[in-house]
Amino acid sequence: MGWFLEHAWLIPVIPGVAFVLIILFGKRMPRGGSEIGIASMLAALVLAAGAAYQWVNRVESSSEEVAPALTRWEWFRIGELKVSIGAHIDGLAVVMLLLVAFISTLVQIYSTEYVRGDRRYTHYFASITLFSAGMLTMVLAPNMVQLLLGWEIMGLCSFMLIGHWWEERANSEAALKAFWTVRVGDMGLLVGIAMLLGIFHTLEIGEINELALAGDFESKNLLMWAAVALFIACIGKSGQFPLHTWLPDAMAGPTPVSSLLHSSTMVVGGVFLVARLYPVFHIGLDMNIAGQRFNLVAVIGGITVLIAAGLAFVQNDIKKVLAYSTVSQLGYMMMGLGVGAWTAAVFHIFTHAFFKCCLFLSAGSVAHTGSHHSFDMKKDMGGLRKRMPITFAAWIVSTAALCGIPFVSGFFSKDEIIDSAKYNDYKVFYIVGIVGAFMTAAYMTRATYLTFFGKPRGAAEHFAHELEHDGETSRDSSWQITVPLIILGVLALVSGYLNAAPFKWHFFEDWTESSIGLPFGDGGAFAVPHPPEFSWATAAPGLALVAAGFGVSLYLCRAVFGGETSPLRGLTTRNPVLGAGHRFLVNKYYLDALYEKVIVRGIAHPISKAAYWTNQNIIDAVVNAVGKTGRRTGELVYKYIDQGLVDGAVNGSGTTARGAGGALQPVQSGKVNMYGALLFGAAAVGGLVLVLVNT
Amino acid sequence: MLINEFLILGAVLFCIGVYGVIARKNAVLVLMSIELILNSVNINLLAFDRLHGTNDGSVFALYIIAVAAAEVGVGLAMVLLIFRNRRTISLDDLSEMKG
Amino acid sequence: MLFAAATIASDIEVAQTIGFGIIAALMVAGALNVVLSKNVVHAALSLVMVMAGAAAQYLLLAAEFVAVTQVLVYIGAVMVLFLFGVMLTRAKLGKDTDLNNHRGWALGLPISVLMLGVMVYVLVDGFDDTRIAGSGAGKIGSSANVLLSDRIYSTYVLPFWALSFVLLAAVIGAIVLARKD
Repeated sequence: MGWFLEHAWLIPVIPGVAFVLIILFGKRMPRGGSEIGIASMLAALVLAAGAAYQWVNRVESSSEEVAPALTRWEWFRIGELKVSIGAHIDGLAVVMLLLVAFISTLVQIYSTEYVRGDRRYTHYFASITLFSAGMLTMVLAPNMVQLLLGWEIMGLCSFMLIGHWWEERANSEAALKAFWTVRVGDMGLLVGIAMLLGIFHTLEIGEINELALAGDFESKNLLMWAAVALFIACIGKSGQFPLHTWLPDAMAGPTPVSSLLHSSTMVVGGVFLVARLYPVFHIGLDMNIAGQRFNLVAVIGGITVLIAAGLAFVQNDIKKVLAYSTVSQLGYMMMGLGVGAWTAAVFHIFTHAFFKCCLFLSAGSVAHTGSHHSFDMKKDMGGLRKRMPITFAAWIVSTAALCGIPFVSGFFSKDEIIDSAKYNDYKVFYIVGIVGAFMTAAYMTRATYLTFFGKPRGAAEHFAHELEHDGETSRDSSWQITVPLIILGVLALVSGYLNAAPFKWHFFEDWTESSIGLPFGDGGAFAVPHPPEFSWATAAPGLALVAAGFGVSLYLCRAVFGGETSPLRGLTTRNPVLGAGHRFLVNKYYLDALYEKVIVRGIAHPISKAAYWTNQNIIDAVVNAVGKTGRRTGELVYKYIDQGLVDGAVNGSGTTARGAGGALQPVQSGKVNMYGALLFGAAAVGGLVLVLVNT
Repeated sequence: MLINEFLILGAVLFCIGVYGVIARKNAVLVLMSIELILNSVNINLLAFDRLHGTNDGSVFALYIIAVAAAEVGVGLAMVLLIFRNRRTISLDDLSEMKG
Repeated sequence: MLFAAATIASDIEVAQTIGFGIIAALMVAGALNVVLSKNVVHAALSLVMVMAGAAAQYLLLAAEFVAVTQVLVYIGAVMVLFLFGVMLTRAKLGKDTDLNNHRGWALGLPISVLMLGVMVYVLVDGFDDTRIAGSGAGKIGSSANVLLSDRIYSTYVLPFWALSFVLLAAVIGAIVLARKD
């Protein structure tokens, strides 16, 4: 093993140490701790790049299955179960490490300008560094316990970062909503881990995958339920239906946070989990078994694709559009995993990270410079195409990637998912995929039009006037913002070529093949199908729909938002059916209402009432009772023991003495008869005693 | 004859005498009750005398009679003296020893 | 005396037992009258009856000298003394209600009954069937008196002398106490 592979465990440790340093020293440093953060991320990036390079060499230099590079120490032991801590480096881990380190570095550089002067600058950097440490811990985890550790650290940082400006009520509520919703899913993770332990008697991921592949488990049913439990966690973390409601609300956090956590890295944690434990899911849920048309993972992914895309249409907030787009793309990834297209799904994680992060950072750039920190497209944006050229260019490239325009990165990954769905006999999901592509193109066109085209409105109008006043034709954000944008834009363009099916370039596939844990093709019972051969003919329907989406949306946009009057304007207000549909979408299918008002209130309200009742009536009653008892006891002690017993004893002894004296006084009556009686009485008693004793 | 006849007779007389000592208020009557007691003792002595065939009991009985006579003489002299001084021989009133 | 002289040699000695019984009953009745009577003179006379009965009992017990001495001294001197005392202390003649302690019976009865009970139990337990030897066993006649005087003046002479001093002291004392000066 090479040095980088052996010491890959340093990759999460360095940001972890940096987190502690920022907390301790950040406020005193000249740049508020961001130096430490960026330095640690660069170090992690260098190490990750080194590890990636050595891994690629490892794969290229051996002809058979490449074993992962494991570095482990024993962490703790429970009975016979040994839990280790360390690094499990294989293709998937290397991809994720590189991705997280790279995007974290760019986002931290971006943040130095974006949150400049913020009230909690240092804590922001501390949290974001901790997040990176957590995610890096998770992606190279050799066992489920370390994975869980990283998972939970990510959840914590997400909460902290979403609620970064917690002074506004909406932000703290969003942070809580994110946390609780993901928590609901995490129940599944805990149950799933326990079930895995029960089935395989080990928590090491490599061993679990091997044992699952070898069929070394007693009950297939139990494996299925373990997969279901784990998938529930993925639903929560990756924002799948029905636990997707937290992701759009998470946009309350600063934009760099949205771009790092809630688009590229954290939310793909669920997808990563499925990819990591793919044998468990693939075998447990019977994927790719001949004749299967639906399975849990694909169904949830497919539903998510469609409903999120639908919701993206009615958003006025640019970040919310991107959030729903993220949810929809995550649905694509899940769907890809569900139909057996492991490589395509993981590759989509890779490319999606770049172009989605770029989109978010562009939106942040627009808000930072062009619309006075407002994200409302309808009110405060418009006509920024020429006035913020770099941002616009980055946005367009990334949008093209997102829509799957040929030869831009997203095309290679998304198209492969759709193709695989068709090829692996999951026809329904093929339909879902191409409809999703249509909708993606449509809503992105709408967002693009509203933001960059047309006449400037609101704050953008101010911006336009400012530019005129200063005699500039364009003003973009500072280099800390635009340089990451450019880098990401370029990557959005070219990263797809790592696994370009049309050109038969399968580098990515080769490098990550060993991580699947299952053999390819016709390699036996639990095999994953080969990725399909690309042909323009099969891709044509999808591409046609993308073009159609683009066209339809452009037409609608110009009609509704453009300057001229059109019969389509205000259609939803006039037509009751469309209006109802519009309202349904605006209210997010009433899911939020269902969750918050029905489920949460239904459970939390009685519980809180019961807790309050318990507190008042039982706990307080106990306390009061104890107090009262104490007082009563005191009273009683005073009354009976002190006054009665003690004083009584004292008084009583006096009274007894007097009484005895009084009783005995008649004896001294001075009467001779009495003395005589005493004498004879004593003699009689004495005689009696003598008689009794002697008989 | 059973010895017990005499002995029980003596016991009965003794107890009646004791009752009289306790219950009577008049000093002379108390002295009379004491005489009863002495007589019962005499009966006892002579009965045992007869039982054992000795005559020590008779001697003793004679001496008791003598002593009793002496005692009654002195006792009644005292009662007379008290009567002269106090005009009463009710033992209720003669309780200077009280307390 | 007549009864004592009878020499009916029988185990039970019926005549003597009957005689004893009658005299005993009279004695007990007299004793009760002494302690319960409301008339002082009656009480004194009942005491005379008791003493007479005692003398008769002494005869039954073959102690004639003691019986005679009893009559002479007790009844002849002591009882007369008592009667003089009754007279000189102005005892009320007739019924006198002030003779008993108030509720004296409440104290006296239990004690005397207890005492009686104990004594009777002991006596019955101890002398259940013991009989006195038959009458006339060597004690009748003047030889009894000779033996008695022998006893007094040989074995018990010291008490005899002491007794004479007692009597002397008593006489002098009584005179000293009772004289009017």
